[in-house]
Amino acid sequence: MLAFIVQRLLQAVLVMLGVALVAFSMFRFVGDPVNNMMGQEATIQERREAAERLGLNKPVPVQFALFVKDTASGNFGVSYRQGRKVSTLLIERLPATLELAAISAILALAFGIGLGVYTAINRFGLGARLIMAGSLIGVSLPTFLIGIGLIYLFAVELRWLPSFGRGQVVKIGWWSTGLLTESGRKSLILPAITLGLFQMTLIMRLVRSEMLEVLRTDYIKFARARGVSDRMINFSHALKNTLVPVITITGLQLGSIIAFAIITETVFQWPGVGLLFIDAVQFVDIPVMSTYLLLVALVFVTINLAVDLLYYAVDPRLRVDRSAAAH
Amino acid sequence: MRTSFKYGVAVAALAVMFVSAASATPLRIARSGDSLTMDPHSQNEGPTHNMNHQIYEPLVRRAANGDLIPTLATSWTILASDPKVWEIKLRPNVKFHDGGAFTADDVVFSLKRAMAPTSDHKGLLTAVDDIVKVDDTTVHIKTKGPSPLLIQNLTNLFMMSKAWSEKNNVLVPQNFVAKEETFAVRNTNGTGAFMLVSREPDVKTVMKRNDNYWGKGTYPVEVSELTFSVIKSAPTRVAALLSGEVDFVQDMPVQDIARVSTTQGLRVNSGPENRSIFLGMNTGDKELKFSDVKGKNPFAELKVRQAMNMALDREAIKKVVMADQSIPSNTIAPPFVNGYKKEMDAIPPRDVNRAKALLAEAGYPSGFAITLHCPNDRYLNDEKICQAVVGMLGQIGIKVTLDARSKSIHFPEIQKLQTDFYLLGWGVPTYDSDYIFTFLYHTLTGQFGGFNGTRFSNADIDTKIKALSSETDLAKRNKSIADIWGVLQPYLNYIAIHNQVNAWGMKASLDVKVHPDNTIYVKEFKFAK
Repeated sequence: MLAFIVQRLLQAVLVMLGVALVAFSMFRFVGDPVNNMMGQEATIQERREAAERLGLNKPVPVQFALFVKDTASGNFGVSYRQGRKVSTLLIERLPATLELAAISAILALAFGIGLGVYTAINRFGLGARLIMAGSLIGVSLPTFLIGIGLIYLFAVELRWLPSFGRGQVVKIGWWSTGLLTESGRKSLILPAITLGLFQMTLIMRLVRSEMLEVLRTDYIKFARARGVSDRMINFSHALKNTLVPVITITGLQLGSIIAFAIITETVFQWPGVGLLFIDAVQFVDIPVMSTYLLLVALVFVTINLAVDLLYYAVDPRLRVDRSAAAH
Repeated sequence: MRTSFKYGVAVAALAVMFVSAASATPLRIARSGDSLTMDPHSQNEGPTHNMNHQIYEPLVRRAANGDLIPTLATSWTILASDPKVWEIKLRPNVKFHDGGAFTADDVVFSLKRAMAPTSDHKGLLTAVDDIVKVDDTTVHIKTKGPSPLLIQNLTNLFMMSKAWSEKNNVLVPQNFVAKEETFAVRNTNGTGAFMLVSREPDVKTVMKRNDNYWGKGTYPVEVSELTFSVIKSAPTRVAALLSGEVDFVQDMPVQDIARVSTTQGLRVNSGPENRSIFLGMNTGDKELKFSDVKGKNPFAELKVRQAMNMALDREAIKKVVMADQSIPSNTIAPPFVNGYKKEMDAIPPRDVNRAKALLAEAGYPSGFAITLHCPNDRYLNDEKICQAVVGMLGQIGIKVTLDARSKSIHFPEIQKLQTDFYLLGWGVPTYDSDYIFTFLYHTLTGQFGGFNGTRFSNADIDTKIKALSSETDLAKRNKSIADIWGVLQPYLNYIAIHNQVNAWGMKASLDVKVHPDNTIYVKEFKFAK
């Protein structure tokens, strides 16, 4: 078990180095940060001096090596756009994204699994068919459009919910949460739905097809023959066996929710790391971009590791196999 | 006895309500871009100035009609005895937000700070040799040579407190190579009508009214709490205005103006901006990199440039692309600028046949192919304007390939002379043609011509341009400007499209006139009763 974890951590470092290398080689094509940092009146002379000071004239491999060295010692640089430390910026913005991702993942899981089981059990009912048809909307409409549509309906027309921002947040240590205030909770609803709709639909369809598959198997038939209650069959036996692929998908999706909530954050002006990244790209704020990409790589690697460990918890066969192989 | 007591309480309560209602007037503003920093000298750009103008103040500022308004300076004259010295008289009895007095020491300190190597404003003060305090309310600015228009450069140069800056170790503007942020990036101490309460960059900046503001009698200062929110996405910004979550949107997307102006309780005010949008062409090189013509440069022919100018349908662009939010023009000098003449702006009538004939006369009867480089995230509908231009030039046989990209890529390419045909916009903060000549027409050197991507180079004009900054006789100077335009305007290395129009969306109880610099001065806002 320990060997497994160590092996995965080493892989993680390699993945992150790879991501950093690819990111760095792309930065040359994003534009010139000096142009954004200095007003239009700056002379050519001044711009050259600024580029020199920032180390932008050094060859790319040298810049990359310096970056790896700095990052390894915990120095992530100062944002070109805001003049503040990148680590401060990320810590300031991370709670917003993590909270949004968590709430939307919970929504997606709860409704996804719930609706998936319902539509699997009542396969031919009217309710199930309506839900399946409606779920196509969740998959085919782009996030952007769903967000704007929800804002239009709930903020502009009905005036029930706010159209942008996080509302009042309460700071607890370095974490800031919107869950403790009414405006914070209200602000979470629309972005969480927008972000979670695609995942919910995905999970729902996955759970449904897996459940239908499992409900056809022999051991379910025998359990029914034995007189086991429907509830026991559906949830205790069938659902557990559908969970392995659901965990895989959810894990990957959670990673992409955290890393790429960019569109939702832009539509709702949600002050998370996604919006920070988009602002950085438009400004060519290289320190923020490179640190963010590393953070994203770390997130994916960690989640995949957690997912793999969860397999062991959920699927007894994997536990047995391993120890059998050790003989 | 009891009823009269209740009555008394009721009256008192009503009185309190009236008093607090009258003084608690919040204003929530939304804008797509945030101020980059609260340090007034570290960034020289629009949104940063816009926010800093509420907290800090310059010596003079621009009114919407272009006049200079005395702010922290009450008068400014060039000494008759020495044309290289500006004497600035300062406003007395002004206090900073921390209670410290504003004196000449602060002016000397602030101007020197703005000249520091890490300041983004030093380009405006290159003519300055030294700044000297004469007494508590008088300052002398000594210039290297006579600088009759130096005062124009001071409209966005803010005054900071020397004592406060020393105490908080912000003697120089933030150096972006530095490892830490400085105190001034998120803390302020100005003389303005509003004081900073909290700052969350990219989210929200909150200010409250300065009750000791020197201008309380001159300006209404009705707003008691001011919140600047950043809303990047255009539809969300408009939604926030429509739902009543914000009261003022400073950059209304063009396509939503009709919707908002017909909404009950809201209004949209439009006004011309001091910014011209135009096309630049490489007239200097022997052969173009981005055209299919080998051995010669089609843009070097005046007739080709005239043909292109004649092929543009600026009215169509105004109606279709800009939803009427533009003012077609024929010169890259906006009307606010000293040196602008209406004759320069006379647009030649659109004539596709005549344009084709001109092209044939120039030796290109079947036109030619060229790439147009365009930004897509800087000016109002910039990419759409370029798309319209492509279609219009196609009608006279010029096949244009459009390359639209971010301003971060576009502007450096213009500066490095890596484009032959491009769209550019140019604002003129000093309201003088000198500014346009220096950056857009002067030959490219280390100090001048920074955005002259047309490779236009005329030694005689260069000399005349340089002489403008030290010419003290204003009549002579204006004549020289007219002469320079007389050469540049018909040369047509730039084809002007239009002057940009800004639209501000706001609650109907406000009626704020659009300022050509796209700056708001909240102390002037009045709510209709």
